[in-house]
Amino acid sequence: MIVGKKATQTIGFGTLFLCIGIAAFFLGVLIYFIVVGGFRVLSWEFLTAVPREAMTAGGVGPAIVGTLYLVIGAIIFALPLGVACAIYLTEYSPKSFVVNIIRMSINNLAGVPSVVFGLFGLGIFVKFFGFGVSALSGCLTLGILVLPQIISAAQEALLAVPQSYREASLAVGATHWQTVKKVVIPTASPGILTGVILSIGRVAGETAPIMFTAATFYTRGFPKSFFSEVMALPYHIYALMTEGTHPTEHTQIAYGCAMILLILVLSISLVAIILRQKQRGSYEQ
Amino acid sequence: MSNKVKIQVKNLNFWYGKTLALKNINMDIYENNVTALIGPSGCGKSTYIRLFNRMNELIPKTRHEGEVLLEGTEIFAPSVDVVEIRRRVGMVFQKPNPFPKSIFENLSYGLKINGWRDRHKIRERVVESFQKAALWEEVKDRLQDSALGLSGGQQQRLCIARCLAVEPDVILFDEPCASLDPISTKKIEELIEELRKDYTIVIVTHNMQQAARVSQYTAFMYLGDVIEYEPTDQLFTVPKNKMTEDYLTGKFG
Repeated sequence: MIVGKKATQTIGFGTLFLCIGIAAFFLGVLIYFIVVGGFRVLSWEFLTAVPREAMTAGGVGPAIVGTLYLVIGAIIFALPLGVACAIYLTEYSPKSFVVNIIRMSINNLAGVPSVVFGLFGLGIFVKFFGFGVSALSGCLTLGILVLPQIISAAQEALLAVPQSYREASLAVGATHWQTVKKVVIPTASPGILTGVILSIGRVAGETAPIMFTAATFYTRGFPKSFFSEVMALPYHIYALMTEGTHPTEHTQIAYGCAMILLILVLSISLVAIILRQKQRGSYEQ
Repeated sequence: MSNKVKIQVKNLNFWYGKTLALKNINMDIYENNVTALIGPSGCGKSTYIRLFNRMNELIPKTRHEGEVLLEGTEIFAPSVDVVEIRRRVGMVFQKPNPFPKSIFENLSYGLKINGWRDRHKIRERVVESFQKAALWEEVKDRLQDSALGLSGGQQQRLCIARCLAVEPDVILFDEPCASLDPISTKKIEELIEELRKDYTIVIVTHNMQQAARVSQYTAFMYLGDVIEYEPTDQLFTVPKNKMTEDYLTGKFG
C-alpha cells in the first residue's frame, strides 16, 4: 500500500518534471536558433546605422528606435488609464449589473485578435483623428491593445492588498481617497508593475496592430517625431521575410532583428523588475 | 470610577442582509473606564464594537436601527462626518495591522492625513505616542526600519500608538491579544490599564480572565443580545442571570 502511494507520487512529480522539461526545451531551442541565425550580423553598425543597398547592408537602427518609441508611447498612454480604471473598478464602483458588464467586456477585450485592433486604429487614429500613419497612431493602438491586460493586472494587485490595511487607514480618520492614494496604491504598485512588464513584451512584439497604423518598411533616417512613420523590429522581420528580394541576406538580418527584439524586451523588463524589487524590498519582509 | 456617560446606545438593532445580528441593545458606556464585551463566538461582540466607529459600513448590505450617542451626538446623523468619528473613536484590531511602511511613517500617517504639515510637531507627537504605548525604548533607534520587522506584540503596540497619535477620545480594542503570546498580552493589558486614565476603552475579548483583569464594566453577550451588563466585579462574582453564570463557569461557550 505504502509503496503504491510512493510510486504514485514519483509518477506524479515525474510527469510534472517532464512537462517543465518540454517547455524549457522548446524555449531553449528557440533562443538557440535565433542566436545562431542572428549573431553573425550583429555589429555596432547593425544597431545604429540605417539600412542600405536594398536592406542587404547597413543596419536597423531606425527600427530599434521606432520600436522604443512605440513601446514607451503605448505604456505612457495605457498605464495611467489602465490603473485608473482598475482603481475605479475595485475601490469605488458599486457591485452593480452595469459594472459587471463593464468588467466582462474588459476581459473579453483581452481576447480580441490584434489585427482587429490594427483595423480599429486605422479607422480611428489614422483616419478619423487624422494622425496619419505615425508613431502616435501606433502607440495609441498598442496602448488600447494592452489596456485590458494592464487593467486586470492592476485589479488583481489592488484586490491583493489586505483589507486590514484599508481598515487601519480608515480607523485613524483617513478618507476613502486618502486610503486609496497613500496605502492601497503604494502597496499594490509592485503587482501593477508586473502587469506592465508583461505588457511591454506584448507591445514590443506585436506586428498586426502597427501594420496599418505606424510601421513602414523603410525610412531614410531616424523618426523625427511622434507624427512620423516609423520602422519597427517585428514589422521589419515580417517585411524582410515576405517581401525580401535577397533571401539569404534578408533571412540573416531578420534573425538579427529577432535577436535584438528579444534583448530589447528583456532589458526593458529587467529595468521594470529591478524597479519592482526596489519598491517591494523597501518595507516588505 | 467616573460616572460620566461617554457613549449611550439606545434601542440598537443591526442586520447583515436579513439576519438580525444585534437585538435591541441599550447600554451606557462610562468615561475613563474599560468596558469589556464577552461571549461565545458569533454572539455579535465584534459587530457591536465596530458600530462605534462605523466600520460596519464597509460591509455591503448591512443596516442598523436605533441610536449611538457619542457625548450626546448621534454618530449616524447625516450631518456627522464619518471620518471625524473614526478619528475620535480609534480602533485596534484583532491582528496587528501595521502599514508596510517605516515605523515612523506608521504614526506620522494619521497626522499627515489629518492635515499636519510641521515636521517638528509631527515628530514630537510621534515620539509622545510611542512613549504612551510603551514602545519608544524599543523602536527609537530603528524608526526608519519597516514596521513589519517588529514582533507581533510590538506591532500591536505600534497599532495602539498609531491610534493614540490622532488623539481619539475612545479606543476600541477588538480582541487585541488574540494572536499574541502571554508576555506580549500582559504588556498590552498593562497598557490598557494605563490608557484608561485618559481614554474611554471598549474591549472585545474571548478571554474571561482578561476581561476580569482589565475592565471595570463587563457585558455578556449571547446571540446578539446583551444578557447582562454590570460592573465587572459584580458580574464575575454574583451574576444575576443564569446564562451568564453558566458561561462564566464554563458550562457552555
